[in-house]
Amino acid sequence: MSRSRYTRRLPAAAVAAGLVLALSACGGETADSTTSAGPAASASSAQLDPNADLSKQSLAISVWDGYTPKELPQQVKEKLKTELKVTLHANNEEIMAKLTSGTDTGLDVAFVSGQYAQALNEAGLLEPIHPELVPNLANLFPEAKELSYDKGNVFSVPYTWGTTGICYRNDLLKTAPTSWNDLLNPPAEAKKKVTMMITERWLALPAIKALGYSVNTRSDEEIAKVKEKLLAAKPNLLAYDDTTFRDRLKKGEAVMVEAWDGWCPAGEKNIDFVVPKEGSDLWVDTMVILKSSKNKEAAHAFINYILDPKVHGWAAENILYGVPNKAAMELVDPELKASMPSLQMTPSQLLQGESIIDLGEDSVKFTRLATEVAAQQ
Amino acid sequence: MTGSTVSGATAVPRSRRSRALGRRSRAIGRLVFLGPGLAYLIVLLLVPLALILSYTVFRRDRFGGVVYEATGENFTRLLDPLYLDVIVSSLKLATIATVIALLVGYPTAYLIAQLPRKWKTIALVAIVLPFWTNFLVRVYAWIVLLSGPGLVNSALGDLGLGPFEFLYNQGTIVTGLVYSYLPLMVLPLYAAIEKLDPQLREASANLGARPARTFVSVTLPLTLPGVVTGCLFVFVPSFGNFVIPELLGGGRSIMVGNLIRDQFLKARDWPFGSTLTLALLAVLIVLLLLQAWSARRA
Repeated sequence: MSRSRYTRRLPAAAVAAGLVLALSACGGETADSTTSAGPAASASSAQLDPNADLSKQSLAISVWDGYTPKELPQQVKEKLKTELKVTLHANNEEIMAKLTSGTDTGLDVAFVSGQYAQALNEAGLLEPIHPELVPNLANLFPEAKELSYDKGNVFSVPYTWGTTGICYRNDLLKTAPTSWNDLLNPPAEAKKKVTMMITERWLALPAIKALGYSVNTRSDEEIAKVKEKLLAAKPNLLAYDDTTFRDRLKKGEAVMVEAWDGWCPAGEKNIDFVVPKEGSDLWVDTMVILKSSKNKEAAHAFINYILDPKVHGWAAENILYGVPNKAAMELVDPELKASMPSLQMTPSQLLQGESIIDLGEDSVKFTRLATEVAAQQ
Repeated sequence: MTGSTVSGATAVPRSRRSRALGRRSRAIGRLVFLGPGLAYLIVLLLVPLALILSYTVFRRDRFGGVVYEATGENFTRLLDPLYLDVIVSSLKLATIATVIALLVGYPTAYLIAQLPRKWKTIALVAIVLPFWTNFLVRVYAWIVLLSGPGLVNSALGDLGLGPFEFLYNQGTIVTGLVYSYLPLMVLPLYAAIEKLDPQLREASANLGARPARTFVSVTLPLTLPGVVTGCLFVFVPSFGNFVIPELLGGGRSIMVGNLIRDQFLKARDWPFGSTLTLALLAVLIVLLLLQAWSARRA
């Protein structure tokens, strides 16, 4: 169900297949080009016609697999009279490579994580959101307008959000963990029964927060301290695991794991989730409109349609991530809500997490950190 | 090849024209037979290889694309102790796995070669049998067997022993490698030992050599090409492996295969990933040359 998270954060393990796919993806696809309505304004936002005939426009979007309902094209056709073509991307990097390649992708709307939306906007590739064309923005939580990569939703609209914490077995631990240090330096009953993630930013997160640094640190000195802490934690680990920690926890092979809120099966007996007291991250997946889009009215109408409580609620109930839509969250089945920490998280709790932002060239520091930690014996 | 000998045998008196025709049909015949193989090699080996080679001199851009701007920095980065250590530790793990596979595989192949014909076939099928199951499933099976609450520990627990921590260290990586590639060691060894004329060993014994001496001076040198081929078959996939370190090593140690996979899929640094691939290829080419050399000597 939340497989999309796997494909999103963690590119598939099959290198050969992935490589072939990536190569073919780089070949690029062009959507059926509708007759060009003149070049889009390059510097400022385009003049948009609120009464445009949407049936004359067509939309091409790119999204993670499983992140929108399969029937979306039919639903959009019915509601907006617009043809919708959905292409899929495996992870942020893949869609970023496509969007920043300089060639016209024919895409109108793309789903990317917040820090990537920020980078796309800095590169001048995004159309500002015209709020008057998206009345459903009113459904969002007030906190959803305070996201640090894009305060006020100027160029992006949040779709899902969540955080990272410790998922644990309350029957196999003597005391419930409250701090990242409980994970990094586990009690005797949890030694060699702890997993941490190996994907760069999340590998660093527990140590960063335990040391009181920012998740977006670029300081070599701080990263060196983080490395030290992670290496000290390594002998107590069962394994580094981004994908199967849930099963390990259920089987009791692990008793405490670093987990995304949407991945912790807290509805199961004896399994609980906690956001450590030192704080954590806040990730947001967003929708953006490309400046190169020739169907900007339809693109806005599409985002407005997604923000409809019923449509947006689909994401909460099926991907099991929180959605920043107040009206949608109110519609979620209470029983399901009770079983998933990701659906119980309040916006103000989430906002205590620190947004991961794009570090540009400094991101290689985290790549290196992950390699160093994994390579050390 | 078959085509050419047939036409050569039938066309006894040859005019210049028929010779030209023969040449052309021979060329067509070659094309038909070689074509699919050649196309396969060109499309799926040479083209990707050329791509990889060309990427090694370029640079990654901020979002993981390739900037076509010549640079040598990927090669200097290769000399960074961090990456050298990973390459050296991969060499070490692959070598240990190969030696163990040889020590287990040689007696196995030797015994199979001595079996009566019917049992030989059965034994060989048994050796190949694991290949009929998906590789990943077989690796996961080890986790089911050896994990903390796994089958082995619960069986030992019934006897009042354990639980033991078998999994997620370099030892289990080597175990996984040996297990996965042992058949590739046994088969070429079997082929070499099977070919060995038993009379040679008898002659050695008749001339007064003890069995150990016969083995060292006769059997081993004559089966050396099989030994080298088997070692290569085990070493090559072990050296570049990334699934076993991740699953049976718990991601706690990485091999050069993991490094390459991460460059392409996580760091999106294709140029450096290509450079690492080239380094791996260089090691393997040296090994293949050694094998060719030893085969020629034999």
